[in-house]
Amino acid sequence: MSVATAVSESAMAHTSKQVGVACHNLVKDCGTGETAVRVLHGITVDVLASELTLLVGPSGCGKTTLISIIAGLLYPTSGDVSLFGTAQSSLKGGKLVNFRARNVGFVFQQYNLLPSLTAAENASIPLLIQGMPRPKAIEEANRVLNDVGLGNKLKSKPNQLSGGQQQRVAIARALVHQPRLLVCDEPTAALDAHSGQTVMELLKRVAVQPDRSVIVVTHDSRVYSYGDRILEMADGRIVSS
Amino acid sequence: MNWVAWKMLNGDTVKYLATVFGVAFGVLLIAQQCSIFVGIIGRTANPIADVREPDIWVMDPYLQNSDEIKPLTDGDVYRIRGLTGVDWAVRMYKGLARAKVESGMFRQVILLGIDDHTLIGAPDRIIMGDLADLRQPDAVMVDAAGYNALWPGEPFKLGRELEMNDRRAKIVGICNTSAPFQTFPVMFARYSQAIGFTAKERNQLSFIVASPEPGYTSQEVCNIIKKETEFEALTYRQFFWLNIGYYLEHTGIPVNFGITIALGFIVGTAIAGQTFYLFTLENLKQFGALKAMGVTNMRLLGMVLLQAMIVGVIGYSLGMGLTALFFEVSTKMLPDLRGLHLLWEIAAGTAVVVVFIIIFASVLSVQKVLRLEPAVVFR
Ligand SMILES: Nc1ncnc2c1ncn2[C@@H]1O[C@H](COP(=O)(O)OP(=O)(O)OP(=O)(O)O)[C@@H](O)[C@H]1O
Ligand SMILES: [Mg+2]
Repeated sequence: MSVATAVSESAMAHTSKQVGVACHNLVKDCGTGETAVRVLHGITVDVLASELTLLVGPSGCGKTTLISIIAGLLYPTSGDVSLFGTAQSSLKGGKLVNFRARNVGFVFQQYNLLPSLTAAENASIPLLIQGMPRPKAIEEANRVLNDVGLGNKLKSKPNQLSGGQQQRVAIARALVHQPRLLVCDEPTAALDAHSGQTVMELLKRVAVQPDRSVIVVTHDSRVYSYGDRILEMADGRIVSS
Repeated sequence: MNWVAWKMLNGDTVKYLATVFGVAFGVLLIAQQCSIFVGIIGRTANPIADVREPDIWVMDPYLQNSDEIKPLTDGDVYRIRGLTGVDWAVRMYKGLARAKVESGMFRQVILLGIDDHTLIGAPDRIIMGDLADLRQPDAVMVDAAGYNALWPGEPFKLGRELEMNDRRAKIVGICNTSAPFQTFPVMFARYSQAIGFTAKERNQLSFIVASPEPGYTSQEVCNIIKKETEFEALTYRQFFWLNIGYYLEHTGIPVNFGITIALGFIVGTAIAGQTFYLFTLENLKQFGALKAMGVTNMRLLGMVLLQAMIVGVIGYSLGMGLTALFFEVSTKMLPDLRGLHLLWEIAAGTAVVVVFIIIFASVLSVQKVLRLEPAVVFR
């Protein structure tokens, strides 16, 4: 309960900022029967909009599990998550998928770009998913790629780009459809220090918006300084925020 | 998103080609073997199948195929002519003779003896000579492949002589016939002449061929013949299928081809199915990412099916092209393969098989995609 209290106190300290993600008593069990393990032990936390929130903690503490639930990729065993006022439990099946398509952007450790598509084509995918015609989607993607400093690499394939550049394409892809929530799982883990800094600066400068929450999971203590707020997890609980 | 599916597919050229070739290979094996099978089996009715003018064939009731014949008596033709519904009926001889040429080369030949007066049953694809010359003494016509077998490498020339049953015969024409199953030369002579070219038996009338009067169908006349005589009477179609049925039932041909065709199917399915499966498996991470970004299962299913369909259409076209090319080239280079070709029924049947292979391959791989937890993208 001390965690919850701490969180609401911290939220009150930023009354001017909107709550983007509200987690309420999230529990997640993995596996069944004998082998079942409780990965999340009732997490209640608010993530504010217009901030870059870092989620840190030792390996296996449940960071990925938590952001997967927040992003609507996993169902919690119990508890609920609201994104800007919409409870995910109120959305089922296809509705949740559509909700995710419109409101969530993803950045993965391994970039996960489609190798046969150019940077611009890759970045346009979330718009294509929403049914935007391709030329218009590519145009939008070009604009965002310019924002992340890849205006000269629009037509490059992933294998012609460095790791840092690929991750910037991934960030462009995650932002092209203007999502309310951006989740990044270890976006700098596969990068050298310099590229990692560039990526974090970019997230801070381009991703953070008044009506958007940005959550970055990281192990990398060198990037802690980019966080407006740091949530620390251990053993399936938030231990400090 | 269909565009993305297409890009994903041909982004991995090696896998893409492997899958296409898997399908193409299966198509080639299946279509080619089916066509050869149908062609070879169809030959069992040759050269009788070339004789299209009479639609009614009268024969011994125990006859099982057109190669084992028990003759009727010469006078039987008059009995048939006298029956209601018979417009005309003529004799036909079919048997084997041994032809010897001056070089010493000899071949067993299929000898067709056609009606002396009407020449019904004569070859209709004469490439050298005149049908009327068949009325000359000792005249025979030979099929082109037979000519090449008797006089290998020599140009076609009329007037050449050969010997059958110690009797002289003179080539007055060269014609094309549908290749017979036994690959023997085919010779045509008048009935009266033909029975002299073979060892004498008491009776030599192989078949009586007839045509129905206007107002009667062939089947009706066949029924009349069967009722009024002790003979079997079959329509052209029935006789054709009697021969084919005999060889299907009494030879290993269907089993042999059946095995190859099944192999084509299995190998095609295995190669195409497996490479396509591996392709999807390797792209699982990409599909996972798409799924996380909000692509629905239906959409993903559509994407995988589209990819499979593209592979199927290209593989099918390639395989059919290769099959057609095979027949185009091989039938020109090997005279014994003449007449074999790709039937549209087989092309259509193979298309159905490809659809099956494609559905199999995509169902196999799409399972993985559909069951994929979108959360795996973070792992
Ligand atoms: N599907 C599952 N079945 C069983 N256990 C699971 C499953 N998914 C995760 N876990 C367990 O849950 C715990 C938390 O996993 P999670 O991936 O969220 O940790 P993490 O904090 O992201 O770790 P890392 O820093 O190594 O990425 C781990 O102990 C893991 O073994
Ligand atoms: Mg993790």
